[in-house]
Amino acid sequence: MKHRLSEFLVGLLFGLGLMLSGMTDPGKVIGFLDVLGNWDPSLAFVMGGAICVGFFAFALAKKKTTNFLGGALQLPQNKQIDKPLILGSLLFGAGWGLAGFCPGPAVVSMSSGQIKAALFVFFMLIGMFLFEAFEKIQKTKLRSHE
Amino acid sequence: MNIDWNHFTPWLSLWGGLLLGIASSAFILLNGRILGISGILGGLLSPQKGDVSWRVSFFLGMMAAPWIFNGLVPLNTMEAPRIDSGFIAIAFAGVLVGFGTRYGSGCTSGHGVCGLSRLSPRSLLATLTFMLSGFLMVFVLNHLF
Repeated sequence: MKHRLSEFLVGLLFGLGLMLSGMTDPGKVIGFLDVLGNWDPSLAFVMGGAICVGFFAFALAKKKTTNFLGGALQLPQNKQIDKPLILGSLLFGAGWGLAGFCPGPAVVSMSSGQIKAALFVFFMLIGMFLFEAFEKIQKTKLRSHE
Repeated sequence: MNIDWNHFTPWLSLWGGLLLGIASSAFILLNGRILGISGILGGLLSPQKGDVSWRVSFFLGMMAAPWIFNGLVPLNTMEAPRIDSGFIAIAFAGVLVGFGTRYGSGCTSGHGVCGLSRLSPRSLLATLTFMLSGFLMVFVLNHLF
């Protein structure tokens, strides 16, 4: 139960951070990505602020195997630089620049009643389902090659 | 290069960023997981037993944010969000973001905030790639069309 409460509160804090920082304003995101136009550098401050805190937390987390509420502490083990990482990030960036939404801010904006954000989340879920299907096809192909 | 001083909000963005950093730190230290929205959401699409409720709790918290926020911060101090893209662009962008973040194993939160904080070369490359791709998309839309 303490875990569920903690996850809820962390989600809430994260949502508040997204709203305060300006990440939930697609105009601001696109303004940040418009480096050669009328550039709004604000979002660099979001990243800077977040990393200033996160750096110390992850330095501590690397030395631990259990979390402070008494469960596993799972850090990603994949160190491989591969095609999916690059291709996936290219596609994500294109969509991010096109609409000004990334996943977190879209969910928060949907909850604040923005119709376009709800539409974005709906199609984002379709994209994620497409990925699940794509991954299954990839795995079947691999198996048939063995 | 020309700075858009009218929309520049260094302090609000910095405070917001600190909150994002505190949330990501709390999540790894208290719950033992990377705070990555695309991963947390994507895991709900192929649900595994015992791996659902934490994701739902997190999302409920995130979705409660606008209601709490509007109570805490008077509406007139924040600019109203500008959503200028049309419905078709939004839909297309949604599919790209959904597929791309799952294929690339992360988005702005998992690769950007958490990955850079833990000095992961993989996340650094992902972040540079999606930022570059975003720059290019906006350049094409704003300056070539």
